[in-house]
Amino acid sequence: MLDQLPAIIIAVPLIAAAVCAIIRNETICWLIALVVAFVSFVGSATMLGQVQQYGEDISYKLGGWAPPAGIEYKVDLLAGYVLVLVSLIATAVLIYGRQSVKVEIKKSMQGWYYTMYLLCMCGLLGIVITGDAFNAFVFMEISSLSMYTLIALGKDRRAVAAAYQYLILGTIGATMYVIGVGLLFTLTGTLNLADLAVRLGPMLDTPAAIAGMAFIIVGLSLKIALFPLHLWLPNAYAFAPSAVTAFLAATATKVSIYLLMRYLYTVFGFGFAIEQTPIPEVVMVLSLLAIFAGSFTAIFQENVKRMLAYSSVAQIGYITLGIALANATGLTGSLVHIFNHAVMKGALFMLVGGIAMQIGTVRLSDMAGAGKAMPLTMFGFVLGGFSMLGVPGTVGFVSKWYLAMGALENGWWWVVALLMLSSLLVLVYMGRVIEVAFFRERPADAVPLKEAPKSMIMTAWVFILACVYLGFDTSFTVGVAEQAVNVLLGGAQ
Amino acid sequence: MSDLSLFIVAAMLIPAVGAGFIAMSGSRPNVREAYTLITAALLFGVVFMLVPSVMEGARPATEGFDLLPGLSIQFVIEPLGMIFAMIASTLWIVNSIYSIGYMRENKEKKQTIFYTCFAIAIASTMGIAFAGNLFTLFLFYEVLTLSTYPLVTHKGNDDAKAGGRMYLGILLTTSVVFLLPAVIGTYFIAGTGDFTVGGIIPEGESPYLIAALSVLFIYGIGKAAVMPVHRWLPAAMVAPTPVSALLHAVAVVKAGVFSVVKIIVYVFGLDLFSGDATSWVVYAAGFTVLVASIIALGQDNLKRRLAYSTVSQLSYVVLAAAMATPLAIIGAAMHITAHAFGKITLFFAAGSIYTAAHKTEISQLNGIGKRMPFTMAAFTIGALSMIGVPPTAGFLGKWYILSAAMELKDWFVLFVIFVSTLLNTGYFVPIIYRAFFKAEDVPPSHEHGEAPWPVVLALSITALGTLALFIFPEVPLALAKALVGQVL
Repeated sequence: MLDQLPAIIIAVPLIAAAVCAIIRNETICWLIALVVAFVSFVGSATMLGQVQQYGEDISYKLGGWAPPAGIEYKVDLLAGYVLVLVSLIATAVLIYGRQSVKVEIKKSMQGWYYTMYLLCMCGLLGIVITGDAFNAFVFMEISSLSMYTLIALGKDRRAVAAAYQYLILGTIGATMYVIGVGLLFTLTGTLNLADLAVRLGPMLDTPAAIAGMAFIIVGLSLKIALFPLHLWLPNAYAFAPSAVTAFLAATATKVSIYLLMRYLYTVFGFGFAIEQTPIPEVVMVLSLLAIFAGSFTAIFQENVKRMLAYSSVAQIGYITLGIALANATGLTGSLVHIFNHAVMKGALFMLVGGIAMQIGTVRLSDMAGAGKAMPLTMFGFVLGGFSMLGVPGTVGFVSKWYLAMGALENGWWWVVALLMLSSLLVLVYMGRVIEVAFFRERPADAVPLKEAPKSMIMTAWVFILACVYLGFDTSFTVGVAEQAVNVLLGGAQ
Repeated sequence: MSDLSLFIVAAMLIPAVGAGFIAMSGSRPNVREAYTLITAALLFGVVFMLVPSVMEGARPATEGFDLLPGLSIQFVIEPLGMIFAMIASTLWIVNSIYSIGYMRENKEKKQTIFYTCFAIAIASTMGIAFAGNLFTLFLFYEVLTLSTYPLVTHKGNDDAKAGGRMYLGILLTTSVVFLLPAVIGTYFIAGTGDFTVGGIIPEGESPYLIAALSVLFIYGIGKAAVMPVHRWLPAAMVAPTPVSALLHAVAVVKAGVFSVVKIIVYVFGLDLFSGDATSWVVYAAGFTVLVASIIALGQDNLKRRLAYSTVSQLSYVVLAAAMATPLAIIGAAMHITAHAFGKITLFFAAGSIYTAAHKTEISQLNGIGKRMPFTMAAFTIGALSMIGVPPTAGFLGKWYILSAAMELKDWFVLFVIFVSTLLNTGYFVPIIYRAFFKAEDVPPSHEHGEAPWPVVLALSITALGTLALFIFPEVPLALAKALVGQVL
């Protein structure tokens, strides 16, 4: 049973999605989805535990076909870490989202929602677990197509336009990726990532290999929403149903970042992609632009979900900055921030979802007086803001510490300066919300407010508390990230 | 050691737990205030239990809690931290008595939040005082900023909001943009942030790097209010008077200058800091002393004048610490103590006048000494201590700083102290003169005498404390000397 785990965490959501599509009863579908997501989480955590304990990667031959001809599922520390993250968030958002789904999505669509949710989770887990370049494309499409549907379920009519925009750009990204994979396949005759890395070695200088690399990197950057390829993200986050936003923000871009790391450090290799191409410099510049442009734009948003979306563009910049630093410390910061950002942004979107449900809008001006009427929600928002700001004792500080140390190791002290300056922008955009909520009186004619349903508040608060807890006890995030960095750097040298 | 480390933890837990009790008893004001007083008394007891062993040379420490490899939260008590903890825990009791009288008489709203945040601020102050390394100091420094923000914006109106924005804006900005890089840089260069006698910056680092670090530290510690990062302090005057007392005497600005002295002594080390790379600090601080005093001269609002006086007095401490000789460090430590007692007295008096007479401007104070003799007598003692006249505590600090300047033959410092003493006299004596010697020109809007008794009691205690420190300076002086390795 245990050695079937890699297949189970993919197959079970896939089958469950089909079952949900047949049943379409909200309660039953929700229960199925919850159980399945939880099973995936337990499975992922078990596999990560095994890898940590035995120090050996898990390799699963799909259908018994040996790689490189057959498709291989592979779980090493890095993959296990991301699998745990995705399945954990998926489970939490299900607990959180039921009440808001009931309100935000039409009754006839609720069964389909859980179907698509399960498909999306299946796709995201698949991208991480597969060791096959083309199989990754297939999972990418599964997750993206279901994600477009989920976004289009949003109450606001603009959700459809946002989903369409994401569909066009996402498809371009996926197409570029598959063109790149095609080029590499033509060169090497293999699709297995590990095998690809070996065979590509002597051919890396060829124009075809470089073209393939370029297509893959640009394609993935679109999926990551790396500045300036982030245009799909703000609308998608802003108009999707609250639960979808929380899930999407915490997982989708992270998984693509994982894949990019794999390609840069393992397939193309540290010695080539990092040392002989200008990729680190380009990614560094784009990351810094993302951080500043994203945060700066966030300041001027009136829609709070959109504001957090632009903040995500910036936070993605922190993660890719760690990739560009290309030393163990910086990469650790990057991996830690993948987890940390998922936790804190997930929490913030959950809280905003509660606000959307109670107030009916997410316009900043409508949130006046929310501090008094919804103290739990807004106090959570304050703590989440501290974490975004990088106040010591929160997860945000831990990531920032590693990124800054990594930059100093490279002698890039001015990057440290820019990192710190960027925190100020966070202070401004989070501070705006807090000021309106706590210092502006709620208009007398507005409907009275109360806290969102318990299930929403409590899930959000678990994440908020995690922001603080993981800011002190870093043994899981930093511990696993440091070992996972060895996977990335060790495989290359 | 182990039982003493329990006391350290207790010193932080008591106010934190107290804050919880205070928050839960919002509907019963008398119970709530009882919790505040009990917590303050307990803290006072715990802190003073630690004093004898620290004076005997012990350095009680807790186990480090590793946040990341090489980055830990640890508490170690050394003499300077002991002095700071003593000041804060003593003045918290007095301030609580005062708060009860002030907040009730002025019918302030949201008193539960006020007392809760106050207790949290004290807990973080203890964390700062006992921090054993740079990171721990930084952590609690930030908590102090954040926990005092609701206090500064207590009134909730537009003025309070603007003041709060300035407060948080400057303190967080400086700490994130300057102090945090300085902390990270120190860990990077030295490989550690543990406060160590003699400093931790390795020898042979380039003077440019040292100078850059010192800039980041001095301006990063916005709470020390070296110009131009002093603006938050006058802005925070919108808060109720007990909060001003907290900011100016008990915790916030003291945490700033305390951190400056601590970093100069234990991170740079006196040898390194007396070099050329950091000589600019003396001039920056001297400039602040003079300019802030001149600005104070022009203020008619009493609390604003006191605020600028604080800016100037803080830079005395920075100035002394920057001279980086043993005598000067003793002077800095003594001046922290003296200023705490003197300035809290002055603010208590200002609040007392506001409570009883509803007056805020100096030009309205003619003849008020007859109506409020205790308040104005206390004010006089506080003012004399600011000027540095014996028999008040202010004389001691100034004496040591002057001696250090003489020893170095530093004409700039001597000039600054001389001129600023004149200026201090110039902005305090006229207030005293008005209060006692001018006749009341306009009768007050209502008949009034002294403020409520808790207010008068509190300001009398601190005024007497200012005198007592002059007569019995043994404990703080012994600790200050231990700080620079001198045995009494």
